[in-house]
Amino acid sequence: MPSLDALSNADATDKSANPTLLSIRNVAKNFGRNPVLRDVSLEIAEGEFLTILGESGSGKTTLLRIIAGFETASSGELWMGTERLDHKPPYRRRVNTVFQNYALFPHLTVEENVGYGLRVAKRPSAEIAQQVAEALDKVKMTAHAKKKPSKISGGQQQRVALARALVNRPRLLLLDEPLSALDANLRRQMQVELKSLQREVGIAFVFVTHDQEEAMVMSDRIALLRSGELEQVATPREIYNRPATAYVAQFIGHTNLLKGEVEGGVVRCTSLAWPVSLPDGPVLFSLRPEHIRLASADSARSSDDETVRVRGRVLHQAFHGATELIRVECGNGLTLVVRTASGRGASNGAHQEVELEFSAADAVLVRESPERN
Amino acid sequence: MFSRAYKTVVTLPPLLWVTVFLLLPYLLMFCYSFWSVSPQQVIVHSWNLENYKDLLRKAVYWQTLLRSMWIAARVMLFSLLLGYPLAYFLSFYGGKRKDLLYQMVIIPLWVSYLVRAYAWKTILGSDGVLNTLLQYVHLTKHPLDFLLYSPFAVVLTLTHIYTPFTILPIYAALEHIPRNLVEASHDLGATPAQTFWKVIFPLSIPGVVAGATFAFVLSLGDFLAPLLLGGPSGIMISNIVVSLFGAAYNWPLGAAISLGMLVIVVSLLFLSERLEKKWSFS
Repeated sequence: MPSLDALSNADATDKSANPTLLSIRNVAKNFGRNPVLRDVSLEIAEGEFLTILGESGSGKTTLLRIIAGFETASSGELWMGTERLDHKPPYRRRVNTVFQNYALFPHLTVEENVGYGLRVAKRPSAEIAQQVAEALDKVKMTAHAKKKPSKISGGQQQRVALARALVNRPRLLLLDEPLSALDANLRRQMQVELKSLQREVGIAFVFVTHDQEEAMVMSDRIALLRSGELEQVATPREIYNRPATAYVAQFIGHTNLLKGEVEGGVVRCTSLAWPVSLPDGPVLFSLRPEHIRLASADSARSSDDETVRVRGRVLHQAFHGATELIRVECGNGLTLVVRTASGRGASNGAHQEVELEFSAADAVLVRESPERN
Repeated sequence: MFSRAYKTVVTLPPLLWVTVFLLLPYLLMFCYSFWSVSPQQVIVHSWNLENYKDLLRKAVYWQTLLRSMWIAARVMLFSLLLGYPLAYFLSFYGGKRKDLLYQMVIIPLWVSYLVRAYAWKTILGSDGVLNTLLQYVHLTKHPLDFLLYSPFAVVLTLTHIYTPFTILPIYAALEHIPRNLVEASHDLGATPAQTFWKVIFPLSIPGVVAGATFAFVLSLGDFLAPLLLGGPSGIMISNIVVSLFGAAYNWPLGAAISLGMLVIVVSLLFLSERLEKKWSFS
């Protein structure tokens, strides 16, 4: 167990520096002639919360099912320490799964569901009773121990599924979009609970979701999957602040993609220009909307090279609660999305003339994401 | 939503049908079972319990009834033993051939009962296919005579005829088991055998109960297989009823036996419905 101190600022702790628990090596999977995963390599560290993020059809569930053993990879290997995992049937892997719709056994009570893994492992019944009681207590389901799954709510079924998996003390817990069936409020609550439970038990979690916000909130690291290939694997902060590709930048949060050309140490992108230290050639930058400011006419003008300014006309303004998203037409086919704190935006709404500024350092160089199918 | 006239028009035909072809005959049977036959072979409408007393007093009736139930029980058991593995294979490993294999289970039901019963006669007879083969390979010197005209022949034929009736409900129950439950069981460390006994079988019990009920009830009332293949030792209760309503001309006793069987069958159906409900979780 890591110390409490380490847990409290888990963001700072780099879990990927822990020893490797599971190593996914060059895994590919075809369904017929249809490639679902191509050459995925990924290391999962002890005790880390890794999210596999991707759109539907990106292959994320297939990757999870390969780790669990429900699918066999067409090629590639899985290693857990010195043992080769992909040759073992699911019931010989120290990996447990929380299924998307929980897959609780309908003919067994909550208690019997949780004790299932221990019973098939033929553990002494006193030990089973004690561990089941502990597990139910941990997920606050003790009061419902004798009920059948059909008699409890979706959120409660979710907790039972979690307890049923964790009671076996797996090395690795797989979660297949476990929150997708819950409504928004319960979902947010479960995100927090799940994360704190993971810290408490110290088991590595591999969490599959299509929800980028959920991934950001919960994960130590995010592995972004696109059409069966890993696009980027990094911490939430890194993946947001330093997206590797245009796809990542667009998938995680909002962004402005600026296509430009470097010529003699200056990048030109329609009416924008700023100095860079890059070789000549075409480039692509990602600029987050919150990194663009609305410059008021009387604001002190810093005249350093780093600040890029452009004038434009407000096209559209959308209120998002704490922030507003403003679309600004800057001429030459350039439209920038700007995020400002609510009330700080262009008060007169559409068609207002504004001046925008951003720091050149905030424009992140990204790779193009080629089309795949 | 619908007018009263419309409702009357659509309910009347089935109501009439049930009354004329079900309720009235049963009522008639019920009355007959309390009447008697005079020595002059005339049915006398004098109300008494003699027929029911006969049923309990005379060994031939209750023994035949017990033997019929024993035959039906064996048919049920063998149908389940044959049908369950087939249904299981079909549901879990049928793959692309699932529909084809399913049709192959159904097709025998299209063949006339009589044809199938006679086929067994040809196979089991003393000059039949089986005996000829056994002698040809010198396993036996003389034809085996217990093969035909015996309870064995009846059980075999009825098992052949009613096994599809057990396969279908079992198959349906297995098809309804969400496959992620099987995966969850494996995931939690259960071997395929453990998964079968702890998850798949318990969840298929409603189908097993329905299939067992089909096999038992249909066999219990069967009279053609014992007539064609049963011989004297393979007589079943329905054969007695047939003869009582025919040559023996004792309709009241025949009616009493029929009602006795009806009570048995209805209680079984009731019980099986309770069991199915208890084990279904959808």
